[in-house]
Amino acid sequence: MRDLAFWALAVLVLGGGIVVVSTRSLFRAAFALAATLLATAGFYALLCAPLLAAVQIILYTGGILTLTVFALVVAGGESREPRWRRPWPAAVAAFTVFAVLGRAVLQARHPAAENGLENGAAIGASLFGAYLVPFELLSLLLLGAVFGALLLARKDTA
Amino acid sequence: MTLAPLLLVASGLFAIGLFGLLARRHAIGVLLSIELMFNAVNLAVVSIAWSRGLLVGVVLVLFGIAITVAEAAVGLALVLLAARVRRTAVLDDLRDLSG
Repeated sequence: MRDLAFWALAVLVLGGGIVVVSTRSLFRAAFALAATLLATAGFYALLCAPLLAAVQIILYTGGILTLTVFALVVAGGESREPRWRRPWPAAVAAFTVFAVLGRAVLQARHPAAENGLENGAAIGASLFGAYLVPFELLSLLLLGAVFGALLLARKDTA
Repeated sequence: MTLAPLLLVASGLFAIGLFGLLARRHAIGVLLSIELMFNAVNLAVVSIAWSRGLLVGVVLVLFGIAITVAEAAVGLALVLLAARVRRTAVLDDLRDLSG
């Protein structure tokens, strides 16, 4: 059952990724990205990380999809030109990276038994305990991103 | 389900995202490809954390997701600015920005 779920999610993740980089309509690409992100959330649930799956759906998928569709409506996502620029060197680079990574994965010795992950309570405790300073820095980063986005998108900067 | 197939899926997704990053012509398409690559890295981190029982991997990915969303907000604001000022978000038409 877990293996079946793994293969279904793998097909969804990789198929969605291929649609993201190959479709002509950027709206379709945005929704294919959402499918990939949702399938990744499925992977997180399968890997005993339900909190991460929830964050992935609510924050990542919801946030990215909303922002992207909004930007596409304003900036215009359709174009009549070819969708790719010099696809062959890009394909060679991508395949080389995949070959190097895949070779490293297949040659490494992995632990035989999976240890699993703990529940959300321990994550919360470590976020507000050992990782309190990075957590607060993250809130500063988000504040900076909000100000930066507002500044860039202001009317009179044009 | 073992670690190696999970890492292979993550590697494949990373390579697909790299192809899109290099080959896409529209700025929003490039941003979407970068999201794919981020997602692949997150998946690899969670897989390794799961196989070793390391909770710190989940915390790392939580931070990574928040940073990615901030990056997407600023990146899309840049695209909107380019679309408003230059009337295009196709990267080849913005080439003279590189000075």
